[in-house]
Amino acid sequence: MNWVGAVVQGVLVGGWYALAACGLSLTFGIMRLVNIAHGDLAVCGAYLTLVLSSALGLPVGYTLPLVLPIAFAIGVALHLLLFGRALRGGPLAPVLVTFGLSVMIENLLVAGLSADPRSLDAGRLALAGVRVTAFGSVITLSWLRIAGFLTALAVLGGLHLLLARTSFGRLVRATSDDLDTARLVGVRVRPVFATVAGIAVATAALAGVFLGMTATFDPYAGGLSLIFAFEAVVIGGLGSLWGTLLGGVTIGLVQQLAAQWDVQYTVLAVHLLFFAVLAVRPQGFFPASEPEAA
Amino acid sequence: MAPVLEVRSLTADHGRLRAVSEVSLRLDAGEVHAVIGANGAGKSTLLRAIAGLHPPASGTVLLDGDDVTRHPPERRVAAGLSLVPEGRRLFASLTVEENLLVGTHVARPGPWDLERVYDLFGWMRDRRRQRAEHLSGGEQQAVAIGRALVANPKVLLLDELSLGLSPKVVRDMYATLPRLLAEGVTVLLVEQDVSQAVRVATRIHCLLEGRTTLTGPPAVFTPAQIEAAYFGLGKTHP
Ligand SMILES: Nc1ncnc2c1ncn2[C@@H]1O[C@H](COP(=O)(O)OP(=O)(O)OP(=O)(O)O)[C@@H](O)[C@H]1O
Ligand SMILES: [Mg+2]
Repeated sequence: MNWVGAVVQGVLVGGWYALAACGLSLTFGIMRLVNIAHGDLAVCGAYLTLVLSSALGLPVGYTLPLVLPIAFAIGVALHLLLFGRALRGGPLAPVLVTFGLSVMIENLLVAGLSADPRSLDAGRLALAGVRVTAFGSVITLSWLRIAGFLTALAVLGGLHLLLARTSFGRLVRATSDDLDTARLVGVRVRPVFATVAGIAVATAALAGVFLGMTATFDPYAGGLSLIFAFEAVVIGGLGSLWGTLLGGVTIGLVQQLAAQWDVQYTVLAVHLLFFAVLAVRPQGFFPASEPEAA
Repeated sequence: MAPVLEVRSLTADHGRLRAVSEVSLRLDAGEVHAVIGANGAGKSTLLRAIAGLHPPASGTVLLDGDDVTRHPPERRVAAGLSLVPEGRRLFASLTVEENLLVGTHVARPGPWDLERVYDLFGWMRDRRRQRAEHLSGGEQQAVAIGRALVANPKVLLLDELSLGLSPKVVRDMYATLPRLLAEGVTVLLVEQDVSQAVRVATRIHCLLEGRTTLTGPPAVFTPAQIEAAYFGLGKTHP
């Protein structure tokens, strides 16, 4: 590969990180919930797709109309049963509860589906690619990566429109600004937050499906994807969706460029970048709201 | 006729501190009651307990004869009880118009809508696309009142409208009160400025360390009696 190719691949891979991270960004930005199980929920999405597509004999893409609503419902149920209560239990409770959830999911997956690495069959999409010439060098791009990147853009754009333009989005932003006052003007917070949690888990599942198509996964794959997703959210600025896209792309770029140097340094390079950002600009590139001056 | 809002020996605590102790109120339609009292007397806690944000330790809140003591605030708004909280508490990242629109979320039918609020506060229509955090204190207070009005409450609770505002802005703010009353809303307001409260209220309640020390139409008290009840000088205690 070459440097131009690495940059393009980095951006495309970064799209996936953004997709994996946007649900985390959403739940943190809106309800101050740090969901440690977010990566495991993504892996659950991959397993659910695997099980459904083999049970129904359908290609991966055709199971999405089932997988996404199921994931949404799981998110709603998790909020109603766990997250909502945890959020009322002080700052540490959500971290502990979702950590417990993460451990539980991993062990249930091992018990039910074994620890063998799996992957999702993306069909023709997986093998096909397109060759483009840029800056005098020829790059081969896989359609799957391109599809993943475009999906991430569509999801982030859709979320942005939902929050900025709809009356539901207005309630979400108001509640995130000031929960008590939102209640004082008649907002029922539980259904609003449950919907947000549902959306977050659905985006995680979608990221899990792309993970399954581009790489192998096992019950413990959620941990590493959570760390990268978390870093993307922090680098981009907590709670800002476009910041999360930028954070994801930054991570993808650093990873691919480090791989040009030596593949074994990719993970380390991302963590070093994260460390550097925390040291220099702890609020991230695009914090959702600038620290109050007044 | 049953009172629009009735509070029966309401008691509310902050942890082990008793902030409101056995307070009772009765507001008939169209009345303006003012709760006065020094810093920390329990005025805000009383209003928050009536609005449902602060669960009371004991006592009852009746809205139009219905017991709403156990209802969450969002249900009370739908039933016609709205609080304009101390310090305005606008949704800072939302525009003026969006703040008002959130207020219409569970609006009851009635005279108030965005247009009427823009008519009430002349400057607001042209600046409706501005973010709330960029407004001055008085402008924010107006938006906070508008946000509560568009729900068409029967009872409006106002917590320290004058907090941090210049005397002229406070006068303008209170000048809108007759317009609200003309539309049939009943008002319970908290005010630290006693002369202001005495001017607008049909009845005043003075709180001292969570207890009512004086209550009645303002005309029946001398300034000295009110002052004694306000500072707890003891002379007017029964
Ligand atoms: N969140 C809280 N936690 C603990 N104590 C509180 C809290 N809010 C108020 N208090 C205490 O309860 C008492 C009553 O407070 P409250 O805010 O109701 O008074 P207030 O009459 O509204 O005062 P102010 O005029 O300053 O607004 C005070 O002693 C205050 O210190
Ligand atoms: Mg107060």
